Amino acid sequence: MSTPLLEVRDLQIALAGDGTTYNAVEEVSFQIGRGEAFGLVGESGCGKSITALAVMGLLRRPLSVAGGRIILEGEEIQDASPAEMRRLRGRRIAMIFQEPMTALNPLSPVGRQIAEMFVLHQGASWNEAMDRAEDALRQVRVPSPERRIKDYPHQLSGGMRQRVMIAIALACGPDLLIADEPTTALDVTVQSEIIDLMAELCAAKGTAILMISHDLGLVANMCRRVAVMYAGRIVESQVAQAIFATPRHPYTRGLVDSLPRLGERARHGRQRLREIAGVVPSIAAYPSGCRFNPRCPAVSDICRSISPEVTALAADGLVRCHHHG
Amino acid sequence: MKLGANTWVGGALVGLALTVAILAPWIALTDPVMDANLMNAELPPSWEFPFGTDAQGRDIYSRLVYGARISLTVGIVSQICNSLIGVTLGLTAGYWGGWWDDLVSGLTNLMLAIPSLVFALAIMAILGPGLVSLVIALGLTAWSYSCRIARAQVLSLKSQGYVQAARILGYGDLRIMFTQVLPNILGPLIVIATLGMGGAILSEAALSFLGLGIRPPFPSWGSMLSEARDQIRSAPWLSVFPGLAIFFTVLGLNLLGDGLRDILDPQSTTRRA
Amino acid sequence: MAEPLLKLDDLAVHFTVGGSLRGSVKTLKAVDGVNLDVKPGECLGLVGESGCGKSTLALAIMGLIPPSRGRIALGGQELAKRDRMATARTVQMVFQDPYASLNPRQTVRRTLADPLRLHGVANRTEVDHRVMDMLAKVGLRPDHADRYPHEFSGGQRQRIGIARALILQPKLVICDEPVSALDVSIRAQIINLLLELKDEMGLAYIMISHDLGVVEHVSDRVAVMYLGRIVEQGGWQEIFEDPRHPYTRALIAAIPDPFHRADAVVARAKAHGEIASALNPPPGCHFNPRCPLKADRCVSDVPLLEAVADGHRAACHFRDRRS
Repeated sequence: MSTPLLEVRDLQIALAGDGTTYNAVEEVSFQIGRGEAFGLVGESGCGKSITALAVMGLLRRPLSVAGGRIILEGEEIQDASPAEMRRLRGRRIAMIFQEPMTALNPLSPVGRQIAEMFVLHQGASWNEAMDRAEDALRQVRVPSPERRIKDYPHQLSGGMRQRVMIAIALACGPDLLIADEPTTALDVTVQSEIIDLMAELCAAKGTAILMISHDLGLVANMCRRVAVMYAGRIVESQVAQAIFATPRHPYTRGLVDSLPRLGERARHGRQRLREIAGVVPSIAAYPSGCRFNPRCPAVSDICRSISPEVTALAADGLVRCHHHG
Repeated sequence: MKLGANTWVGGALVGLALTVAILAPWIALTDPVMDANLMNAELPPSWEFPFGTDAQGRDIYSRLVYGARISLTVGIVSQICNSLIGVTLGLTAGYWGGWWDDLVSGLTNLMLAIPSLVFALAIMAILGPGLVSLVIALGLTAWSYSCRIARAQVLSLKSQGYVQAARILGYGDLRIMFTQVLPNILGPLIVIATLGMGGAILSEAALSFLGLGIRPPFPSWGSMLSEARDQIRSAPWLSVFPGLAIFFTVLGLNLLGDGLRDILDPQSTTRRA
Repeated sequence: MAEPLLKLDDLAVHFTVGGSLRGSVKTLKAVDGVNLDVKPGECLGLVGESGCGKSTLALAIMGLIPPSRGRIALGGQELAKRDRMATARTVQMVFQDPYASLNPRQTVRRTLADPLRLHGVANRTEVDHRVMDMLAKVGLRPDHADRYPHEFSGGQRQRIGIARALILQPKLVICDEPVSALDVSIRAQIINLLLELKDEMGLAYIMISHDLGVVEHVSDRVAVMYLGRIVEQGGWQEIFEDPRHPYTRALIAAIPDPFHRADAVVARAKAHGEIASALNPPPGCHFNPRCPLKADRCVSDVPLLEAVADGHRAACHFRDRRS
């Protein structure tokens, strides 16, 4: 297999609390190939967003990378200097966020914000850059781009703003696009369009995607492979359809079973949804052994004392469970 | 529960001022008005007169101690009055909106445009000097800040789920305002109230300084300053001590207000179950 | 046939926006002529995206916003004539944001007991008993009663919110996106709880949600709203298996399905473009700029909500076309 575009090995992110240090993320490893769409799924607090920030070199105190390696096309970047990371960001790795309103400069017209990318990273002149910005808006299917380049972010709808974000992110043709909950704040029909757009543009440009979301269905639909995170660790990783059809970790199974899917009721009548008992643990109180054990229907003594090792599955999959399968 | 240094210092200062005011008859050395002996006029601090004497030969320490009663009474009572007016107007204006809000906001703007001291001056001119008119004048002219803050807080809380829930449960408007909204906006209002008390004490000082507040021979910190105006160079103790008394009391009130606001926030008390 | 518990008759809620310095005054037709009824014990799913008016509709039903036109009848009696207290005992609401829907300065006990006392339950023992009973029903422990909201997780706060809504034993509960703000792994707990309580207490629900999976699971009947109007209405199975309005089809097509990626049928059903603003809705059928079936008629004639089958109605000129 050719060198993966991004390889994360045993990533550990520490959180400095009052007096103690917690491990917000531990032993996280995954690979993304060139042009591949990879999904990272988990609930709030599981560490998926800070993993992405670590890859971008954007972690700030009290968070920091405490161990492991982040390798971009064979080059280790976890210890890169801020100047080196700045050169990478925008040009080779780009990121889009959930709230475009806070990510866009409210005082600058959107056309200018896109044009900035060309001026800063590719040395284009402003005139040239503004033309290319108009093109970029056309590519993300904003209607009447020649008029929209002069608009300010607040004049655009949520979906439009997210398209602008995508245009900015993809302006310089990065190798990897990290999308952190890009559609969570959008309406369902708009969400579906934005996802389709992202998938299409990235496929056309050969850009890999790291898609982060709490929505397993969304991620499984868009990505080739999906990893599920819980309490700072990856508990399962498989090809998208396999995660849905044959989840191997009780947490993934719980997620898949607990959410009502269209068509289920017509086929099987209304079944009581299978609950996942308990609540997501807080970082200061992670259970010992397997972190999912207090909520796991398949729990046994070993689960409470020993943290499960990673078991390899077919097709580069993995699962972290004593009773997997 | 951790209380910052601010709260302790503030509390101590205010506590001291209150204690002095309450215990005045017992801790004063002489009668502040009657014990005047021109033979002792303008004496610097000594064992017999710890803070010196004034132009009439009266003991400044004793006058200061009795003066605390006046200054604190004015400060506390007038601010309570202001808060009651301001919070009631602001709360109702924010909650009901409409013409009432327009009226109250207009009135508030008017009050804010006129320097409150000038307003108080005008009222004093009509009512004449004295403690009661002072309290009335100060109590009716400085409610704008509480009103404005209360109104802003209500506006932001109105759309909160629990306020809507209360309406849905059948709670009447007044009940919602006073049991649901008010407890949740106390923080800033308390700070304003303590700042206001300090401000009222300063206003009393200013008005008395101008000769419109407490009239001689009764002592208030402000009137003491007023009487000492010509002797700042020759007999500094006449103005320094009342000045310091005002300074420390107002400082204490401000620090205490800050601390109280933090104490009243329920989220700082217990952690997640 | 049972008398409907709630009956909305040509309900409209209009807001005037603008005016003063900015120039013209515009009318925001948040709810624009809605006819709806809910029978006792029934769950009506109300689906729609932002700007469709579902939240405004909920507030109007609760009596919090006066309607600009039309009638709201609860238990046969018009809302305007009912007194506030009687309405409170009939209709209640569960809110979306569990972090903003509880008074941070009140204990759970007080949040549940106050409404009882307000509605005339004077006996202290009875109040206590009903509070404890309700706490148990929503899956909380007795020792939770004297704690403050910030001591609870999102899911637990939502349970408290549900307890508060049910403490007066209403007949109709409007659930406004009750699980969207909760972590995915606890949504099932809350949905199961809501369904259990519905059966146990004989409640009717209006379940407002943009999550079609949830709506299909809990509803007996479904109504789909777009920019203030109901565009389709019918039994849950009909709506999901045989949707007759392009917007309903677009909503269904927008749900990501890992097993049917890049499906041509799905792609054809998707809506394109952005949701229009309710301030300036498109003429004719509001959905026409985004509709894959758009024709000239759609811009000139407003399609009415008419029957395609018994109990199934759609507001589309092409309602007889199956997907």
